[in-house]
Amino acid sequence: MRRVRTRAAALVAVLVVGALAGCGASTTPHTEVTVLAAASLTDVFGSLAHTFEADHPGTTVRLSFAGSSSLVAQALAGAPADVLATADTATMQRAVDADAVRNPAIFADNSVEIAVPPGNPAHVTGLADLADPTRTVALCAPQVPCGAAARATFAAAGLTAAPDTLEQDVRAVLTKVELGEVDAGIVYRTDVAAAGDRVQGIRVPADVAATNDYPIAVLTHAAHPDLAAAFLALVRSSTGAAVLRSAGFGTP
Amino acid sequence: MPRGLGALAVLGAAFLVLPPAALVWRAPWGSTLHRLADPATLEALRLSLVSASSATALSLVLGVPLAWFLARSAARRVRLLRALVTVPLVLPPVVGGVALLLLLGRRGLLGQYLDAWFGVQIPFTTLAVVLAEAFVAMPFLVVSVEGALRGLDRRFEDAAATLGAGAWYTARRVVLPAVAPGLAAGTALCFARALGEFGATITFAGSLPGTTRTMPLAIYLALQSDPAAAITLSLVLLVASVVVLVALRERWVPELRP
Repeated sequence: MRRVRTRAAALVAVLVVGALAGCGASTTPHTEVTVLAAASLTDVFGSLAHTFEADHPGTTVRLSFAGSSSLVAQALAGAPADVLATADTATMQRAVDADAVRNPAIFADNSVEIAVPPGNPAHVTGLADLADPTRTVALCAPQVPCGAAARATFAAAGLTAAPDTLEQDVRAVLTKVELGEVDAGIVYRTDVAAAGDRVQGIRVPADVAATNDYPIAVLTHAAHPDLAAAFLALVRSSTGAAVLRSAGFGTP
Repeated sequence: MPRGLGALAVLGAAFLVLPPAALVWRAPWGSTLHRLADPATLEALRLSLVSASSATALSLVLGVPLAWFLARSAARRVRLLRALVTVPLVLPPVVGGVALLLLLGRRGLLGQYLDAWFGVQIPFTTLAVVLAEAFVAMPFLVVSVEGALRGLDRRFEDAAATLGAGAWYTARRVVLPAVAPGLAAGTALCFARALGEFGATITFAGSLPGTTRTMPLAIYLALQSDPAAAITLSLVLLVASVVVLVALRERWVPELRP
């Protein structure tokens, strides 16, 4: 009886430890390549991940989307990941400086656009309306790329923005626009395209709209550097470029 | 106690104690004071204290009567109500934030009328921060006070009534002093929970320095660009939480005293 109980306890312990350690470590022999990508790449990378999995049977692409600065912080903290794609070069440079990546390559560019709720209830016509304190405006915080781009855009237009909230990433701004909680927000033109008829876009003149280059790189501590390089090659291939362009990105 | 359990107990204690210890260990002590004087830090701290205090006051005004009602009703008749009002305890705070937007947002069920009739918009204001904090923190107070009230011998109230005391007088002089420890514990928990609120706040109130960016929001943002600043801010919140806990132990809850 005593032995049975000990065994039962051991079994429980194994199960508990297995459950704790087992997140990801499955017994079937397949590999996972983990991609940290800027929030604005959500749809494009989701689609490219399916293509990649079809081309590499037995491989699963795990995608983690967040603001670029969070991603770099995660990469520097040693998050188990293979690929890093950010929404601007300044953020990627922080990863380069810390030796977390080498030789990032530009694979896309994007520029900012004003997003308003359907029907444009507050009659926003241009950037100047976002400098009007009586309107409710969402921007990204200047610490994240979409916020830096928004700040540069207002500076180029000679305006001071009057935001009511500074969100952590571009999708949070888009959500507040979709819900109609703000009159306008600054997002990327790809976000306006991805949101379909849930928001309306208002173009920012090309001479003031800030443009971001999107770099991608394999992490130096990648567990699967070959697969990571293959994913990177797919993103930069003509297939990748076609998906990016159909989402509204520019490609080099 | 079986030997195996002892080892697990040690592991359990380490699991809870070591992360805050790491925070203290890694804190950039050299620059901490200098960073504390940073206007942005002080602004976030002031906003956090003001909004958490307001949320606690709101919870007291609304939560104590609610707890009283629950405690004085037959348990089975208010089972559903009690379950419903404690939902925010188990709800992910971000979901709470979305729910608040759908009720009180500019296009929300009530919010659209507040906007159309009174021109009042709640999201992105300090009031929104207070409401988000009270939404997640008030159930702690309600549960704690209801427990204390249920544990109270009703004969004290009956005796007071026999001696000619009115309902309000009895409430003030008999019931409240008797449940004071539960009330204090609930208040402290409620304040600590409000002080640490993140998800509902950022969803419902947004994040603007001086208006809605409380300490937890400032910490999360700082972590993206200046981790040392984030550690300092975290330390401030840790100290504030410990002060609350110690005050609770020493002053009001003798049974928690070692």
